[in-house]
Amino acid sequence: MADTHGRGGVTTYRPSNGAARAATSVPARWSARRRERLLQLAFLVPAVAYLLAFFGYPVAQNVVMAFQHYTTATFYTGEAPWIGLDNYAAVVGSAVFSKALLNTALFTLGSIAGQFVIGLAIAVFFRRQFPLSRVLRSLLLLPWLVPLIVSGAVWRWILDQDNGVLNRFLGALHLVADRPGWLTSTSLALIAVIAVNIWIGIPFNMTILYGGLQDIPEELYEAAAMDGATGWRAFRYVTWPLLRPVVNVVLVLGVVYTIKVLDIILGLTGGGPANATQTIATQSYQLSFQQFDFGQGAALGNILIVISLVFALFYLRASRGAVRG
Amino acid sequence: MTPAVASRVRTRRPWASTVIGVLLLAVMLFPVYWMANVSLQPSGSAAQTPWFPVQLSFAGYGVALSQQGGHLLTSLIVAAGSVLFSLLIATPAAYALAHFRVRGSTAVLFGILISQMIPGIVVANALYSAYNNLGLLNSIPGLILADSTAGIPFAILILRAFLGAIPTEVVEAARVDGAGQIRAFVSIVLPMSRNALITAALFTFLFTWSDFLFALTLTTTEDVRPVTLGLFQYIGTYVNDWSSVMATAVLASIPAVALLLVAQRYVTAGVTGGAVK
Repeated sequence: MADTHGRGGVTTYRPSNGAARAATSVPARWSARRRERLLQLAFLVPAVAYLLAFFGYPVAQNVVMAFQHYTTATFYTGEAPWIGLDNYAAVVGSAVFSKALLNTALFTLGSIAGQFVIGLAIAVFFRRQFPLSRVLRSLLLLPWLVPLIVSGAVWRWILDQDNGVLNRFLGALHLVADRPGWLTSTSLALIAVIAVNIWIGIPFNMTILYGGLQDIPEELYEAAAMDGATGWRAFRYVTWPLLRPVVNVVLVLGVVYTIKVLDIILGLTGGGPANATQTIATQSYQLSFQQFDFGQGAALGNILIVISLVFALFYLRASRGAVRG
Repeated sequence: MTPAVASRVRTRRPWASTVIGVLLLAVMLFPVYWMANVSLQPSGSAAQTPWFPVQLSFAGYGVALSQQGGHLLTSLIVAAGSVLFSLLIATPAAYALAHFRVRGSTAVLFGILISQMIPGIVVANALYSAYNNLGLLNSIPGLILADSTAGIPFAILILRAFLGAIPTEVVEAARVDGAGQIRAFVSIVLPMSRNALITAALFTFLFTWSDFLFALTLTTTEDVRPVTLGLFQYIGTYVNDWSSVMATAVLASIPAVALLLVAQRYVTAGVTGGAVK
């Protein structure tokens, strides 16, 4: 009771009906308030329990597993010997690690740059008023809405070296001498995977940036036009500065989502050829679910979380900025 | 979306822009067209797929339905279950976050934002052993619970934004009339937020339907196999019948297409709402 009373000032529900409040005795009011508070908490408890079980527990468990020799044998014997930092040493020391780290950086930066620039260009284009613009704009969302593994399957066939439609098209135009192995050549695979991921991400970038553009008042463009700023100069001095908060959110969200992409890489190349498209996320999957070394998979996963969290700080700052702006 | 009209640029030749827009769409949606085209070709024509399905054939769909029909059904059950479970958990929480100043609600919100940074593979890595102990591997409830990791945080964020717009006075008026907290929530708040609930439900369905990672890691047998994993296994081996693979891909895209055609007005709200709010 004392505890409830102590925190009473923080709680929210204040009965707006003064007469009703005056009519009840003091202890009854306390217990009513306590009931109210418990009820309010009850609204939140299931979600908190779920978040703890399906985000909190996995993260904690990964931290623990990374210090253990945790393999398939563990499921039978129930034993996972402590091995200190051996998993981290093995994961970071492996030849794949630096390759995967570089690929993750290239994949993330390349995807974001492409998605953002093309998405912004399309968003600016759709500011024009023309027949069918609404319909066209919403149909453009389709690549983002279909399951990633579907996109992977479709692009795998489009990019097929011998029978893919891209090579047929390029061959017909005499643009390439021999058929490039988009997904099978170590020098092209990462570029192809990035290109596909750009295709997937354009609609998302376009939609959010378009929403941001709609919030810029038309009068500002009219005023800018009077001062002689149209076209590129209007973009540079009106659109860009006012769009900045939205740009921040789009970019940081893009990084956070792209850095952990798994589906599209597994669907297109499976991380190959010769680790040419292996990222931290796909390598973590390989370690846990192909080599069944869950300890090493956990260690690599934790490294990915740390990288993500660095961006998370940017994200929180950016989204706070967007809310204020 | 309403301020759209005010700040639009007027162009002198609007139809020229339409032509550019159509060309843009044609390029962007070519892969989708190609998927449909290949799916309608007679099977076995691996080399040199014609540009149009002149020899219209539904053989690919026949194979797809006989081999992947069960997987489609599994996906449907898991997605529907996840929608129900996610909304059940997320709606009260979103209401509490929007209207009560409960201690720790900032922490909950912070936790939801942080949860977006946690890679799925980390969750799967830990869930695999936990599921193994609990007997949840290869089970529908196991997949529903895991797949809701996408739906629940999204639904909380988007519903919170919508529910926050409901005036406190409306709820308080009901309370003064004697309605309890739960009654006010069920009979006042829920009906008022129908559109928000539909948006959250549609996106949760789509997220779960599209899930691949948990299907890949938390199922090991044919018993419970969503269509995304069925498709992955198709392309994992050497493919000689692309028409049935693409027919499966088309069938797996139906919810996305349906969402765009039927519930278009909710889609943009979902894309923007979850990101910025």
